[in-house]
Amino acid sequence: MAAPSQERNLLAVIGDEDTVTGMLLAGIGNVSQNQKKNFLVVDTKTQIPTIEAAFEEFTQRKDIAILLINQHVAEKIRPMVDKYQEPFPALLEIPSKDHPYDPSKDSILKRVHKLFGE
Amino acid sequence: MSGTGPRENIFPTRMALTNTKLRLKGAQTGHSLLAKKRDALTTRFRAILRRVDEAKRKMGRVMQLASFSLAEVTYATGDISYLVQEQAKSASFKVKARQENVSGVVLPAFEVDRVPGSDFNLTGLGRGGQQVLRAKEVYAKAVETLVDLASLQTAFMILDEVIRATNRRVNAIEHVIIPRLENTIKYITSELDEMDREEFFRLKKVQGKKKRDAEATEAARKQKEAAELVQLPPDLAGGGGDLLGSKDEDVIF
Repeated sequence: MAAPSQERNLLAVIGDEDTVTGMLLAGIGNVSQNQKKNFLVVDTKTQIPTIEAAFEEFTQRKDIAILLINQHVAEKIRPMVDKYQEPFPALLEIPSKDHPYDPSKDSILKRVHKLFGE
Repeated sequence: MSGTGPRENIFPTRMALTNTKLRLKGAQTGHSLLAKKRDALTTRFRAILRRVDEAKRKMGRVMQLASFSLAEVTYATGDISYLVQEQAKSASFKVKARQENVSGVVLPAFEVDRVPGSDFNLTGLGRGGQQVLRAKEVYAKAVETLVDLASLQTAFMILDEVIRATNRRVNAIEHVIIPRLENTIKYITSELDEMDREEFFRLKKVQGKKKRDAEATEAARKQKEAAELVQLPPDLAGGGGDLLGSKDEDVIF
């Protein structure tokens, strides 16, 4: 098991405008020296490859501990999200304003329920 | 018996038997230890599972609240999202990873590491500053919940992995290694018994042969003696008589 390195201390977020704004208000926003942001705003015009690239980048980055992703965005790249098994960064699906939380779609909760035998 | 099931390819000797017995004992100890570890992990896992489920549901409510407070901000101030996105420079809300040990498994736990910054102080300066401040607080709370959930979830994933590995090992020892060692021991014992029986039989044979030989020599000796007894008297009598009775012309007196 890979021990969490001490550099992993950022949160990243992929989500719609409101979610990202809220998270940034909480103070998680970070722009690195080479202008790399740790957040991505997804709206109706955002292409799926863009989301996939951002997901890929955030999961590869060494300084991100938790990756938050809106559930409806996760739904767009569901195969990638389901395939992602690494403990670091921790992937968390969060609800958004327009899309209430649906526990049955969450890839983690799916596993939880499978283990509970429900 | 020895022919059934897979066994290790070793030469059946007493030393190999001792070694194999020791290994079997080791495997059994290892099996019980691993089974204990698995049970401990599973207990922990179940607790975490329940908490993950709870936390996920709680998150839904918290995020709803947060969205609502942001809606208030939008109502009071207008759309601030562009402003906020452009102002983000460095994170004031970070996490620290702490480690926790559950029967030899390192579980990470995230801790909120918040620097009280003065970000977005000017946001909502015109109007809605109150709401912006509140939204900030609410979202910070929400993110704290999310961080808790993330550590639970990470622990869940790591534990899942470790339990699977442990289960694999327990099953491998129980169903592959122990039967194989038992088969080996049976094989060696039966081979040794077989050798013992062979040896016993051989000794018996040797003994029988020796006895037969001894009897034969005895009989031969007896026969010879008897023959000598039969042969001797005439020989002795004849010889003596002859010598004394015959007249030798060379003997002058």
